Amino acid sequence: MTEPHSAVAEHAEHSPYLRHHFDNMEQQFDSATLGMWVFLLTEIMFFGGMFGAYTVYRSMYPEAFASTSMHMNPAFGAANTAVLIVSSLTMALAVRSARLGKQQALQMFLILTMIFGIAFLVIKGFEYHEHWVDMKVPLFSGHWDYSNTPEFPHQAQYSHQAQILFCFYFFMTGFHALHMLVGVGLMTTILMMARRGIFSTNYFTPVEISGLYWHFVDIVWIFLFPLLYLIGNARKLI
Amino acid sequence: MHSVPSVRTYVIVWATLTFFTFATYYIAQIDLGQWNIVIALLIAFFKMSLVIFFFMNLKAESPLTKLFAAGGFFWMILLLGQFFVDYISRDWMPGGKMW
Repeated sequence: MTEPHSAVAEHAEHSPYLRHHFDNMEQQFDSATLGMWVFLLTEIMFFGGMFGAYTVYRSMYPEAFASTSMHMNPAFGAANTAVLIVSSLTMALAVRSARLGKQQALQMFLILTMIFGIAFLVIKGFEYHEHWVDMKVPLFSGHWDYSNTPEFPHQAQYSHQAQILFCFYFFMTGFHALHMLVGVGLMTTILMMARRGIFSTNYFTPVEISGLYWHFVDIVWIFLFPLLYLIGNARKLI
Repeated sequence: MHSVPSVRTYVIVWATLTFFTFATYYIAQIDLGQWNIVIALLIAFFKMSLVIFFFMNLKAESPLTKLFAAGGFFWMILLLGQFFVDYISRDWMPGGKMW
């Protein structure tokens, strides 16, 4: 740990990316990282509120939530989880390449991360389209029937409660998809910066903090997948 | 600025995350009653820890950053705790109404 530190201090005076209000590159890096974590904490609060509301309604209407979850396709959800985890791996490898000063590898891993991120959004798009075709979008007239699940004989009387789960589904996955879009935009910016040759072993802060954001969005999905797709799945006929 | 983890470490973490993704998918097909949600959440928290400690490299961050990360979860527990106490205790007043 101490060796890279002294290497940084050596070059600190020369870096054009050191802002004048920081003592050295290390202090600048730690401040930026801390700032990103603070931003992510506000994001935890943002998604936390939705997870809290979800928990309250799920405990009120457990049967309706279980039966309504049958209208979601866990195969899509699992595939998307896998895609997102691969994108997190490529993102971590991009940050690693940036730290080691491997510029070609950095650009390759950034492009791969973007490809997997876009793949996630495409799969999500197919899913939303399927819900629309199946008439499962809440609040639209004619879309209120969630009753065709033979595993849950009482489902017909839950049509209003069933809409609540689909409201949560669209809000939570929608905000998550919005974060993914922002993430792909960030990756585009970082890739353009990388192509201009801005990053070095001495300065890679933007790569690092964009990576933190990307991993955070991954974590949100890690919770969304079991909470939305897999409720009541035990009764599903495999 | 910190020690750089090896590619091997990242690949092992990725493989573990993928394994648990499919584990959670298949375990959900088995009817375990109340335990389904408990196991699903335990796996989710475990996967979250892997991402935070390895991919986000929290273990190599400064103590202040670690404190902030822990603080975030503390505030989250406060937020959700108060939130649930409100809903759980609403029926405790006579007639089931607080106002």
